[in-house]
Amino acid sequence: MQAEATIDSLPVPHAHSEPSAGKVGMWIFLVTDALSFGGLLIGYASLRSWSPTWPVPSSVLDIPLTALNTFVLICSSVSMVLAVSAAETGDRKSVIRWLGATVAGGLCFLSIQAYEYHHLISGGLSLSSSLFGATFFTLTGFHGAHVASGVLYLSTLLCGVLAGKFVGHGDSHIEIAGLFWHFVDLIWILIFTFVYLV
Amino acid sequence: MHDAHHAEPTGFLSRVVFSRDHKVIAKQFLLLGLLFLGLGGVLALLIRWQLAFPGKPVPIVGQYLFSATAGAISPEGYTMLFTMHGTIMIFFAITPMLIGAFGNLCIPLMIGARDMAFPFLNMLSFWVAAASGVVLAGSFFVEGGAAMAGWTAYPPLSGATATPGLGQTLWAVSLFLGGVSTLMGAINYVTTILMLRAPGMGFFRMPLSVWGLGLAAVLNILFVPVIAAALLMLILDRVANTGFFVSGAQPGSAGDPLLFQHLFWIFGHPEVYILILPAWGIVSDLLAVFSRKPAFGFKATAIAMSSIVVLSTVVYGHHMYTVGLSPGLGKAFMSLTMLISIPSSVLFLNWLGTIWRGSIRLEPAMLFALGVVFVFGMGGLTGLFLGAITTDIYLHDTAFVVGHFHYTMAASVLFGSLAAIYFWFPKMFGRMLCPELARLHFWFTFLPLNLVFFPMLIEGYGGMPRRLYEPTSYKYLVQFQPVNQLITFAAMVLGLAQLIFVWNVARSLWAGERAPANPWEATTLEWLTPSPPPHENFDVIPDVHRGPHEHSRPDVPDRDWIGQWESQAPETPLTPPAPPSDSEAVAV
Ligand SMILES: [Cu+2]
Repeated sequence: MQAEATIDSLPVPHAHSEPSAGKVGMWIFLVTDALSFGGLLIGYASLRSWSPTWPVPSSVLDIPLTALNTFVLICSSVSMVLAVSAAETGDRKSVIRWLGATVAGGLCFLSIQAYEYHHLISGGLSLSSSLFGATFFTLTGFHGAHVASGVLYLSTLLCGVLAGKFVGHGDSHIEIAGLFWHFVDLIWILIFTFVYLV
Repeated sequence: MHDAHHAEPTGFLSRVVFSRDHKVIAKQFLLLGLLFLGLGGVLALLIRWQLAFPGKPVPIVGQYLFSATAGAISPEGYTMLFTMHGTIMIFFAITPMLIGAFGNLCIPLMIGARDMAFPFLNMLSFWVAAASGVVLAGSFFVEGGAAMAGWTAYPPLSGATATPGLGQTLWAVSLFLGGVSTLMGAINYVTTILMLRAPGMGFFRMPLSVWGLGLAAVLNILFVPVIAAALLMLILDRVANTGFFVSGAQPGSAGDPLLFQHLFWIFGHPEVYILILPAWGIVSDLLAVFSRKPAFGFKATAIAMSSIVVLSTVVYGHHMYTVGLSPGLGKAFMSLTMLISIPSSVLFLNWLGTIWRGSIRLEPAMLFALGVVFVFGMGGLTGLFLGAITTDIYLHDTAFVVGHFHYTMAASVLFGSLAAIYFWFPKMFGRMLCPELARLHFWFTFLPLNLVFFPMLIEGYGGMPRRLYEPTSYKYLVQFQPVNQLITFAAMVLGLAQLIFVWNVARSLWAGERAPANPWEATTLEWLTPSPPPHENFDVIPDVHRGPHEHSRPDVPDRDWIGQWESQAPETPLTPPAPPSDSEAVAV
């Protein structure tokens, strides 16, 4: 019955301890989002492994173009890192420059993807043409939707920065957005590997 | 959020409709869940009518619902009924009630926070849930009617060829939206528990309700996205003819119906625990409060629940023993499934240990909590026969399965929800419910419920298939017709008995006695603050000094409880003493 002695107290968080609630929430969201890609990738892997006919990806897809697009996305991750560190030091001009560059990188990625889709669809590949087409458009489309929401998310932040918000030590808005952007980049590398290269 | 006070919103819209206050959102979820519980219950009664009196016109409502068939239920109508009954009860009744309502109410109050970590996301979570409910309810009215492929929606039954109607597509869209809402809630719950605990509230000082709700949120975070992916593929199969799951839809395709089953049950098995973990936690707390004892094996209970969470991620194959899994895989799934009975037994024995030699107060909430102990015992024991391959092959897809999962889901989880309502209603609404009516409600629920689900076990053992439209079409099942009629009459009593509850709630909201801050003399933080709690819950965030169930301590004079917020055993009570409420007067 000596409960005070038996129930040992564990370390208790402070109200404003690092990391912030927003960051923890974003990490948890990324776990759940990763598993939604996981569900689609499980589907892709199992359908591909049982399917009697599966084209060699490079015979259908334009690998060099997509490699370029992958490079664009990786560059946008680099500019995101620069934006985050500029926000930390309170350098508003650099934040605007690098956040703008990241948004531009995202838009560039989406444009190249749109061009690729147009090319493939006019070549007869579609959601309903084959399982290859179905899995290809579902996976890359789901990822493209993430890039598009990321662009919207970063543009909103950019507007905020232009209006004088989100910059300075202790403000984690841009850092949290950076987590999302890097995640989207990382997922793309997986998709590029499994859908385009393997 | 934690220290600074925020002004209370004043407009009707921001206070009642688009509120970000977790207590208001809890009420919204409770209302949503109760409405769908009523709808799901009516569907259940219609199913029962067909099974007891196959082909006979449904009295009173039949002429309106089934006018094309002169009031009788058609085979298509019947499949629609059981599909929508299952879907509604699991995703739109139990989920909003336990996770939506009590997750929202209990987590911030019990850990000593002013609100959830993300109040706006919390509001969004409710409104997405409401939208998904509207889509589902609306699907009854589209051409061809609502979904018909069973709540599991296995392809090819759920494919565009077998169920071409819009209803099945809306079903998938609605579940997808429901999943999004659940995820918003789950992210909020876990972040809140990790970040916003009051000073001194270590993990092993959190009430078991918070443990259960938090672990359920973890499972949601891990597995709802998987079903969301499966639903996305199902929707694409239906609207864009992708052929993920339906083999042979187009030349060269090798769509795999079993893939859906895998993805469905990767989520579907944890879903069982998502629903029952909050109920387990709540029951563990309530048994302690009303036995006036600390929860027996508190840490063991928390660890058992956590290990069930881990195990539940690797056992889903037990839903697929009969689809032609490789025998080795089947055996692996069987062994892992049987492992779950170890932590389950720890949990169950701890409950018995808590009640053992307690000074039991048979308040209504305690009656329902004891009800959970009984029906969960039944559900667990019948589960053994379905977890073992040899017996499952015989019992698969029979009424035995229906009886089993209704004991675990319908009975345990529903009783857990009702226990929670009777326990926290005074805190939520500031009014006491009538305990006599509540007891009547308990007995008229508990007894008929067993008369509904126990005979199903016998019917299933006798070989009666589930989802059967016309039981008398098989000669060997004709002998069960009296049993079917008994179940149906019991179900009607069960349904009518819920009116006692509705009346009790309505009467209390209208003219119920005002609730004191701590009517049950409980020890957790939500009982520190007035009933109902003010905006932002606490005047001052309390310091937490002890575990959640400190009852009957020999060093505390005069009373058999000491709150988590009390730094020392009071000579004279620190907080206003619990007034001699009628809880004492009616305690048995
Ligand atoms: Cu299971």
